[in-house]
Amino acid sequence: MLLFLISVGLTTVFGVMGVLNFAHGSLFMLGAYLGMQFVRWFGSFWLGLLLGPPIVAVLAAFIERFLLRPVYGRDVSFQLLLTFGLMLFLDDGVRLVWGPAYHVVNPPAILDGVIHVFSYSYPVYRIFLVVLGPLVGGALWAFFAFTRWGKILRAAAMDREMAEIIGVRVPVLFTAVFAFGAWLAALGGALAAPHQSVGPAMGERIIIESFIVVVIGGMGSFPGAFVGALILGLLNSFATTLMPDVQMALPYILLAFVLLTRPRGLFGEET
Amino acid sequence: MRNILRGPSIAGLVVVAALVAAPWALSMYGVIVLTEILIMSLFAMSFNLLFGYTGLLSFGQAGFFGAGAYCAVLTLIHGPSSLWAALGAGFLGGALLAVPIGWLSVRRDEIYFAILTLGFGMMLFTVAHNWRSVTGGSDGLGNFTLPELNLFGWTVSLFNPRYFYFLVLFIVVAGVLFLLRVVHSPFGLLLKGTRENGNRVSFVGANVRSVRLFAFVIAGALAGLAGALFAFYNRIASPEMLHWAFSGKAVLMTILGGAGVFLGPAVGAAIFFVLEHFITAYTTNWMIFLGLILVVLVLLFPKGVLGSVLSFLARVRKGREP
Repeated sequence: MLLFLISVGLTTVFGVMGVLNFAHGSLFMLGAYLGMQFVRWFGSFWLGLLLGPPIVAVLAAFIERFLLRPVYGRDVSFQLLLTFGLMLFLDDGVRLVWGPAYHVVNPPAILDGVIHVFSYSYPVYRIFLVVLGPLVGGALWAFFAFTRWGKILRAAAMDREMAEIIGVRVPVLFTAVFAFGAWLAALGGALAAPHQSVGPAMGERIIIESFIVVVIGGMGSFPGAFVGALILGLLNSFATTLMPDVQMALPYILLAFVLLTRPRGLFGEET
Repeated sequence: MRNILRGPSIAGLVVVAALVAAPWALSMYGVIVLTEILIMSLFAMSFNLLFGYTGLLSFGQAGFFGAGAYCAVLTLIHGPSSLWAALGAGFLGGALLAVPIGWLSVRRDEIYFAILTLGFGMMLFTVAHNWRSVTGGSDGLGNFTLPELNLFGWTVSLFNPRYFYFLVLFIVVAGVLFLLRVVHSPFGLLLKGTRENGNRVSFVGANVRSVRLFAFVIAGALAGLAGALFAFYNRIASPEMLHWAFSGKAVLMTILGGAGVFLGPAVGAAIFFVLEHFITAYTTNWMIFLGLILVVLVLLFPKGVLGSVLSFLARVRKGREP
């Protein structure tokens, strides 16, 4: 479900702005580290969840305004390269500040412990994540479908110039969208912190997986990100138990297969 | 045409002569560093054939580089203990892998191509990392001996870094000449055409996909060759060589030196190592500087160092003539 949060941010940014953000995984990681830092300072996981992501979003707004904006007119590759540079910078910056070691964050007291269902036991935190995923997904969907901002976003994604003509301030919108995507990524990171260990490699791992999700689902497609994340998540967990040897290669095989049969992804629009 | 080619080819001869003479002027350490720069130049230039000339940003070039390294080392361990056979295996291994991966990847361009190559590159990485019985897993393959080079009955031991340098220089120059030939052939024009406008190229009757696939295979083969040399240089083939961070190195070198400029990646590779040398003397976190440098380059000098210098020279010359 975390993968879904990251992928939605990535696919929204791509759909509206046409920018594929390599640094998205780094923002995710930054969210996790900030969450960890807030736990250390104030002892509160919830405070980290509340405060960390907006900080990352503000940072992302600056990145969009001062670094990304000058390269919109140029070849798409330059945007990729710019975000790639940012990724290197952020990843090593994190390593510089927090060190290369892995950190463990405990889930908040309410969500600590395990629940016994039949003969299996599940960590409460994992169940919390599983419940939270559809909630966040539903909230996002409602946001896109019913609110004014959501409509503006969809309009801009569909036809940037047309939206500009009818009075949408596209540059402001772009900054907002980029910050919004970063907020989602950082939220995912803060939520992931107690679930997995926090370390400098976590951004790199998630970015590749979310790339695959986004391509499988169809770039810029919101339901695509959901279904893609679901497929990849299921595939990963089943393959780990059934055939652990090929598990790591399976996502790529799936990627190749989807591209051969549906080059635009499962939910991509034909053009 | 003759006049256009004469200037660069004289400059090229001077560069090659300087490189041949370099071992006598440099310390042993300098020779070793120069060897690595040469290998990485070939690798980065194979990437530039795709990015600079064909307009395809590949983030999986290290997959072929590493595959070449493994093919070469596996040939030495299981097959004939011949240097040329191992190098050929690296070259062929890179090319053969590039055929199916390229076939899948060139269907899409720009961002999709970048993601696809990244994905497939990481797939190769996972294979190298997990297929313990063949690749040795994360330890890599290191237990091989470098055979002696047999030159018309005159055997040379490659354990001397200077001799090894000459071998690398010879192969890299051969690879570069091959690339030069490709770039200046009608096929090279087609490549640039697909970069500028794929539709028009297909209107004049060329098959854009097969043109791109062919470029992809050539790039894969040369990356494999560079990988084989790199495995000999390090005496090991390890999974890190296939990781996308390694692909990123080729991307960075190309951007540093100048994408689309023929020798840009080589200049970029040299700058890369000099920078790495100086910055790591102060701090181990040198990627942070590298990221900054890349951001600044993309924003201010999209042509790279060599590209900017060349266009500056061109402007000076133009200003003087009329």
